[in-house]
Amino acid sequence: MIRSTHLPLIVTLATFVLAYALCAWQYPAMLSLRVVANLLTDNAFLGIVAVGMTFVILSGGIDLSVGSVIAFTGVFLAVVLRDTTMHPLMAFALVLVITSAFGAAMGSIIHYLEMPPFIVTLAGMFLARGAAYVLSTDSVPITHEFYDALQQVYWKTASGGRFRLIGGVMILTFLVGIVVAHRTRFGQNVYALGGGSATSRLMGVPVASTTIGIYAISGGLAGLAGIVFSLYTSAGYSLATVGVELDAIAAVVIGGTLLTGGFGFIAGTFFGILIMGLIQTYIVFDGTLSSWWTKIVIGGLLFAFILLQKGLTWASTARRKAATGFVTPS
Amino acid sequence: MTDERRPMLQAKGISKFFPGTVALDNVELTLHAGEIHALLGENGAGKSTLIKCLTGVYRRDGGMVVLDGTEVDPTSTHHSQTLGIGTVYQEVNLLPNLTVAENLYLGRQPMRGPFVDRRRMNAHARETLRDYGIRIDPAQPLATYSVAIQQVVAIARAVEMSGKVLILDEPTASLDHDEVQLLFSVIRRLKDRGLAVVFITHFLDQVFDICDCATVLRNGQVVGRLDLATASRNDVISLMLGRQLAAQVRAPKPETAGKPLLQIEGLQKTGMLGSFNLDLHEGEVIGLAGLLGSGRTEAANLIFGAVKADQGKLRLRGKDIQVRNPRDAVAHGFALCPEDRKTDGIVGELSVRDNIVLALQARQGWMRKVPRKKVDAIAEHYVRTLDIRLANLDMPIRLLSGGNQQKALLARWLATDPDFLILDEPTRGIDIGAHAEIIALIGRLQQDGMALLVASSEMEELVAYASRVIVLRDRNQVKELTGDEITSENIIRAIAADPRMEVAE
Amino acid sequence: MIRNPFLRRIAPQLIILGIVLGLNVLVFPDFFHVEMKNGRLFGNLIDVLNRGAPTALLCVGMTLVIATKGIDLSVGAVMAIAGATAASLVVDGNHWTVAVIGALSVGALCGMWNGFLVAFLRIQPIVATLVLMVAGRGIAQLITEGTILTFLDPGLIHLGAGTVKGVPTPVLIWLTLGLFVAYFVRRTALGMLIEAIGINEASSRLAGINSRVLLVCVYVVSGIGAAIAGIIVAADIQGADANNAGLWLELDAILAVVIGGNSLLGGRFSIVASLLGAMIIQSVNSLILLSGMPPEFNLIIKALLIIAILVIQSPKVAHLLYILRASAPQSHPKQLPPFKESKR
Repeated sequence: MIRSTHLPLIVTLATFVLAYALCAWQYPAMLSLRVVANLLTDNAFLGIVAVGMTFVILSGGIDLSVGSVIAFTGVFLAVVLRDTTMHPLMAFALVLVITSAFGAAMGSIIHYLEMPPFIVTLAGMFLARGAAYVLSTDSVPITHEFYDALQQVYWKTASGGRFRLIGGVMILTFLVGIVVAHRTRFGQNVYALGGGSATSRLMGVPVASTTIGIYAISGGLAGLAGIVFSLYTSAGYSLATVGVELDAIAAVVIGGTLLTGGFGFIAGTFFGILIMGLIQTYIVFDGTLSSWWTKIVIGGLLFAFILLQKGLTWASTARRKAATGFVTPS
Repeated sequence: MTDERRPMLQAKGISKFFPGTVALDNVELTLHAGEIHALLGENGAGKSTLIKCLTGVYRRDGGMVVLDGTEVDPTSTHHSQTLGIGTVYQEVNLLPNLTVAENLYLGRQPMRGPFVDRRRMNAHARETLRDYGIRIDPAQPLATYSVAIQQVVAIARAVEMSGKVLILDEPTASLDHDEVQLLFSVIRRLKDRGLAVVFITHFLDQVFDICDCATVLRNGQVVGRLDLATASRNDVISLMLGRQLAAQVRAPKPETAGKPLLQIEGLQKTGMLGSFNLDLHEGEVIGLAGLLGSGRTEAANLIFGAVKADQGKLRLRGKDIQVRNPRDAVAHGFALCPEDRKTDGIVGELSVRDNIVLALQARQGWMRKVPRKKVDAIAEHYVRTLDIRLANLDMPIRLLSGGNQQKALLARWLATDPDFLILDEPTRGIDIGAHAEIIALIGRLQQDGMALLVASSEMEELVAYASRVIVLRDRNQVKELTGDEITSENIIRAIAADPRMEVAE
Repeated sequence: MIRNPFLRRIAPQLIILGIVLGLNVLVFPDFFHVEMKNGRLFGNLIDVLNRGAPTALLCVGMTLVIATKGIDLSVGAVMAIAGATAASLVVDGNHWTVAVIGALSVGALCGMWNGFLVAFLRIQPIVATLVLMVAGRGIAQLITEGTILTFLDPGLIHLGAGTVKGVPTPVLIWLTLGLFVAYFVRRTALGMLIEAIGINEASSRLAGINSRVLLVCVYVVSGIGAAIAGIIVAADIQGADANNAGLWLELDAILAVVIGGNSLLGGRFSIVASLLGAMIIQSVNSLILLSGMPPEFNLIIKALLIIAILVIQSPKVAHLLYILRASAPQSHPKQLPPFKESKR
């Protein structure tokens, strides 16, 4: 039996399978492991940040700051590695602490000052981007043997595809995200908040620590995405990853998560990312289609999923299961 | 009723004041283990305030609460729950997006290491719910089940967490007959387990069906305690419904009705109102009587188009008309003062002036703004004639007292010069002075030739001004009283008549 | 105490604007100096008015949308679409008036789409307008075919770079539109009805207000405002840049509305205050530029400014301030009232 909450996830999966089948039918070369490997590598940073965004959206919030935080992280790493002798691992740890604290600060403002997440994270977006500018307005290349070493870590398939480290980091992030969302008390509290914060409070959910935790995770994962992005581009640039927050939100919604919170799956976001990556790959393969079709198709998909969710909400309020579960009354 | 057992919960001399009103005045409530206790009273009588004082939503201003022999002072719902008082509301206070098991165990999930042990949680939930007589898959989202099941889950959570006192605040309001019976079987099981249960409802049948005794509140005071084994329906109803107007002068009723104005034929909507018929004349006041949930408000909303009817015909001065939404209704000269002033009436942040002119402006359309001078004249006129007390016309209407808000809403509709005015509970939750003024106003409007439909739970009030009274029960029109038939006793008898008895007649 | 309610409403914005302009004079004494050169007014003040035009145009519609408890994220993308439409129409040899009418129609259409989703499908405004925000730039690129579509039509260029009696055209356009809409919604009953919907839609509907049509209207106004802004930006650079035209301007517009003291939760609104908000943002930009501070600090200062203004406006902080103020005139200042009600 299909549960109605699983339906968007199933639709996402079906969309992905259908889209991939269509691509493969037109361009059999897209079936190769090389394409799959590139799909994972190219979308690694977006996937990681989308995991954090899923948590935020599940709780009924939104985080507009992630794109700027990724850029900040890249610039921070590049500048630190250029100007100091700090080991990259140490720099990674430092930047993760900074970005998590940044997220936690936004979460605190949202909770304690009762301000809308949209506006608070908008301010966060300006702040993080501004901090990146202040560090450097130019693209700063990263040259460090540790970076070279990390970039050389890959698993080569027979067909020549390379599964790189950063793709693995993304998959690991998704796995951890799934476990946290579905197997821990914190995860349950996130869903509870999305179901209704007033009711959650009545039921004893620690609203403050959960809210702060959610935005800290989103900030931290944006930091991790920044690290991955710097490995991907070997540079830090304050103008990079503009609008990534929109892509992440789109991936979450296409992944079947309700933008109003409470319903959705981290795994769905994974397929949302793959669908978006697939659209881009298809356009590259086609060669004649222009890149702007990506945006239009993603916008269309977004609309379709919003309508689907609206329809499901209507259907579920209109028709509920009758009380057949009762044992015959005495 | 003499009872030597130690009470499970005893509330002594509870008082609660809100700015300008006394919500609870020295209220006493005593509950025993294994007893189902009905808390009765019309809206605004103080039931929910009392519950909120007992469960820590409000801090009481006076009195004490003794739970199982020790004095308690709950500071929040959560606190009262840990003390042993669990509450279940009409709107299920659970999370529809979580599964049944997750709702039952939120915050106290069985863990294995750092992880929630879902298998054990689901197994526990299944077992627990079986004790409550329902067999469902607890791994399904709560929203997939009917409201009845959700209520049982809410009860199970409250009982599992608290275990001494269970307060049920209108749990049956949105259930059908079978579901109510199933819920009752659960409540009886809990009674046998020794819980003290407080049951709040507007359905008298249900009170006699399941409750052992009752405490009746009116205007924040306890007006009676009854042993339901011996009390009659009439006893309960006459305690519940107000009689404080008995001494007041009755508005003069015109002997002959005016020209026919509006005919309503077979207005109905599934689940809200069975076929409703009405013949209305100018200068007539029709009373709509019935307990809460009998279909009073529904009838008013359907006539006004606030809710779209499934079928029904409206004829205004002999011509068929369509009322698909409030805008149509206003265009035909209808007006409605809704029951819930706060959510459906006032536009809180707007000034009193804007609130008064709102309906007139909406009817004129946005292009033709009512000139400022005329607005001031209208507002000042009604402030004077209705005696609306305010600092100035620019203050937000939400700052006015209940009675003055109601008068401002009346002014909003009178400004449109309606032919037909529907008032839904016009005197609820307002002070005595404003109360009398509004009743006097109804008489005046009637003399001016306006037709009025007034839904009210105040019997004496209806007797005072209605030229006819339509009695509703279980969402159906059951009786029409005219002329000398209109007495409190007759209304109460019509409301209380046991439907099964009627069939036998 | 200011008697006039209108002046009292915009007083905080006027004060903030005054302070920011004062700071501008501090770092650049000739700030208020305006001179006529080649039939065109020059000066920093004129620059502020001119550069602030797109945000000012956007914030007119945004104010109305926010007053209905909504938000319009798509205005930046609509700017790009409108600019692309106008450019492609003149490039195809149409008269510039046709191009302008075409672009305005496209803007109105975008607004209608948003309004339809919000009013009829009952989709949350932030979600509904996100669709066009994401897809809009793609559509704009579709029109320009991915290039920056340049044009030389003097009529169209005049709208962005020209002057009328020495005053830059964009300044005249936003002042005219802003003040006209501000006057129009108060001259008619629109303003009050919009506020009523934003505060309590159920009550408004019961009072006979046609809330759906009004909702669509405010999104259409927002779309048209965005289209005008899009035309001006395209005309200024003599080309339609689908990628960068109006990028992140929706956020500036929302910010201008918020700085204008309008609540994001809907209700009472003031367009003039929002326009002042837009000018405050532009003056801050100017201040950063003139002070010789590296432009990198622009965003950080803007962010801190938002945070400061929002914190002051937050209901929690307002409550705290209220308590402080209420306790201030007491004769024994040490005996502040307890923060929470003490237990009885």
